[in-house]
Amino acid sequence: MIENIDLSLVNWSRAQFALTAIYHWLFVPLTLGLSFILVIMETKYYRTGSEVWKKITKFWMKLFGINFAIGVATGIILEFEFGTNWSKYSWFAGDIFGAPLAVEGIMAFFLESTFVAVMFFGWGKVSKKFHLASTWLVAIGANLSALWILVANAWMENPVGMLFNPETARNEMQSFRAVLFNPVAMEKFFHTITSGFVLASMFVLSISSWFLLKNREKEMALKSIAIASVFGFFSSVALIFTGDISVRTIAEVEPVKFAAMEALYEGDRQAGLTLLGFLKDGSERDGFKEKDIVARIEIPGLLSVMTAGDRDAFVPGLKDLLYGNEEYGIMPASEKIERGKGAREVLASYKEAVESGDELLVSELRLKFEDRDFQENWFRYFGYSFLKRPADIIPNVHAIFYSFHLMVFLGFLFTLVLVMAWYFSYKKTIDKKRWFLRSALFIFPLPFLASELGWLVTEMGRQPWLIRDLLPVTAGVSNISASAVQTTFVLFALLFTALLIAEVSIMVRQIKDGSKIEEV
Amino acid sequence: MMVNNPIRKVINFYLEGFRNLPDWGVKVWVVIIFKLFIMFFILKLFFFPDLLKRDFGSDSERSKYMLEQLTTKTEKYD
Repeated sequence: MIENIDLSLVNWSRAQFALTAIYHWLFVPLTLGLSFILVIMETKYYRTGSEVWKKITKFWMKLFGINFAIGVATGIILEFEFGTNWSKYSWFAGDIFGAPLAVEGIMAFFLESTFVAVMFFGWGKVSKKFHLASTWLVAIGANLSALWILVANAWMENPVGMLFNPETARNEMQSFRAVLFNPVAMEKFFHTITSGFVLASMFVLSISSWFLLKNREKEMALKSIAIASVFGFFSSVALIFTGDISVRTIAEVEPVKFAAMEALYEGDRQAGLTLLGFLKDGSERDGFKEKDIVARIEIPGLLSVMTAGDRDAFVPGLKDLLYGNEEYGIMPASEKIERGKGAREVLASYKEAVESGDELLVSELRLKFEDRDFQENWFRYFGYSFLKRPADIIPNVHAIFYSFHLMVFLGFLFTLVLVMAWYFSYKKTIDKKRWFLRSALFIFPLPFLASELGWLVTEMGRQPWLIRDLLPVTAGVSNISASAVQTTFVLFALLFTALLIAEVSIMVRQIKDGSKIEEV
Repeated sequence: MMVNNPIRKVINFYLEGFRNLPDWGVKVWVVIIFKLFIMFFILKLFFFPDLLKRDFGSDSERSKYMLEQLTTKTEKYD
C-alpha cells in the first residue's frame, strides 16, 4: 500500500539507483567515444599500411577492451532494481520502457559481442578490411545501444506515444515511432554521444600527455594527440550545439527543470543567462524554499533568446510554475493536483465498477480513458494526485543549479584545451609545452565529472517524477523495507569499489607498459 | 589443417582467441566472470527478485494489485 511507503525507503532506493547509474556511467561514455577514435586510427592504418598506426590502434584498443569488459553488464543491475525497488513504476510504464531496453539488449549482445571478438582476436586472422569493418560496427553498435537506453529515459521526461489502459493499469504503446522520435530522445542521444566523444578525446590527450612528460612512446603520443584533438574539438563544438538544442527542448517540456537549472525564481521577459552565481537560502512559504542568488554574472536577455529565439520572450520562473501565471497561461500546481485527483477518482470508479460487475459503467469509463479531452486535461496530471502539496514539484534547485553550471563551464574548458592541443600539435611544439601537458594530465578526471554532472541535472531535475506528471517516485517505489535496500546499497558500494579498483589497476598497468606489442 | 565448415571456423576462431589471451586479457576475464557470478548468482537470486512476478501468478492479478495501489486514497498523499 502506498501509505506504507516511508520516505527513507524512497530515498534509499533513489540513492541506490543513483550509485548504480553513476558507476555504470563511468564506463559508458569512454566506450562510446573511444570506439570512434579507434575507427579513425585503424582507418589510418588501413589506408597507409603503416605499422606505427597499427601499434597505436592496438594500444588504445587494449584500453578500450579493459574499459568495455569492466563496464559490460553493469547496467543490468539497473534492470534488477526496476523489478525489485521500482516494481510499480515498471508495471505502470509497461512495454514502452521495456521495448527499447529489449532492443538494446539484443543489439548490444549480437552486434557488439560478435564484432568486439573480431576486433581483439581477429588481427592477422581476418582481412584488414574485415577487421576495420568490425571496428566500425562496434563503434556504431555501441552508440546505437545508447540510443535505445536514451529513448527509454527520454520517455520518462516526455511521455509520448502511449495510452493508459485502466484494465491492465499500465501504459500501452500506441506509436513506436512517436516513442523513438520523441524530440527529447533524439536531442539527448546526440548530446550524450558527443559528450562521450569529448570525454574519450580528453582521455587520449591526458594519457598521451603523460607519455610525453615521461619522454616515452613519443611518436604514438604525438599521433594520438593529433587525432584526439581534432576529433575532440569538432565533437565539443557539436556538444555545445546539441546542448543548446537540448536546453531549448527542456525549457519547453520540463520548464521546472529548466528554471531550476538557472535558479530562475521570478519569470521574466528578457531573462538573462546566468554565467556564474551563488545561492543562499531565502524565505520559506508552504514548503517552498526560495534561494536567493547573492551574486550573479549574467548576459541580459540571452536566456529568452536561447529558449524562444526572441529577446522579449517570457521565461517562466519557479514561482510562476508553482503558483501559476494567468497572463502567460501557466496553470498553478494546485490546479494540476485537483485535476490529477479527478483522474484518479475516475480510475477508482472504474475499479469499483469492475468489482461490482457493472459492465455498462466499466465500458463507459474505459472509453473515458481513450477520450482526448480526458487525456489532455485530466489524466496527464495523474501523478499530481500523489503529491502532498504544490511545493513538491520543485526539485533540489541548489544541486541542479551548481551541477548544470559546473558542467557547462567544464564543457567550454575542454573545448579550449582541445583547440590548444590541436594548435600545438599542428605547430609540432606540443612536446615542449610541458605546462600544457601537465595541465592536460591534471584534468584527467574532469570529463568524467562533467559527464556525471549532466546525468545529475537530468535525473534530479526530473524530481519528484519518475514519469513526468504521471508518476512520482513515491508512487513508483515497491513495498519493501528500507533496510533491505540499505543492505544492497552497501553490497553495491563494496562491489563497485572493488571492481573500480580492479579496472583502474589493470588499466594503469597497461598504460605503464605502453605500446609494446602483445598479440591478442 | 584446413577447416572448411564455417561454424567450426567460428568456434576455432574464438577458441584460439581465448587460448592466446594476453596477461591483461586473462585478468579482465577473471573480473568479468567474478562480476557476472556476483550479479546473477548472488544479487539476482537473493536480493533482487522481480516482486510482481514473485508475488502474483498472472498478469490479471498484477493489474488488480496495481489498480489497488494507484487508486487507494491515503492520508499521506491525498
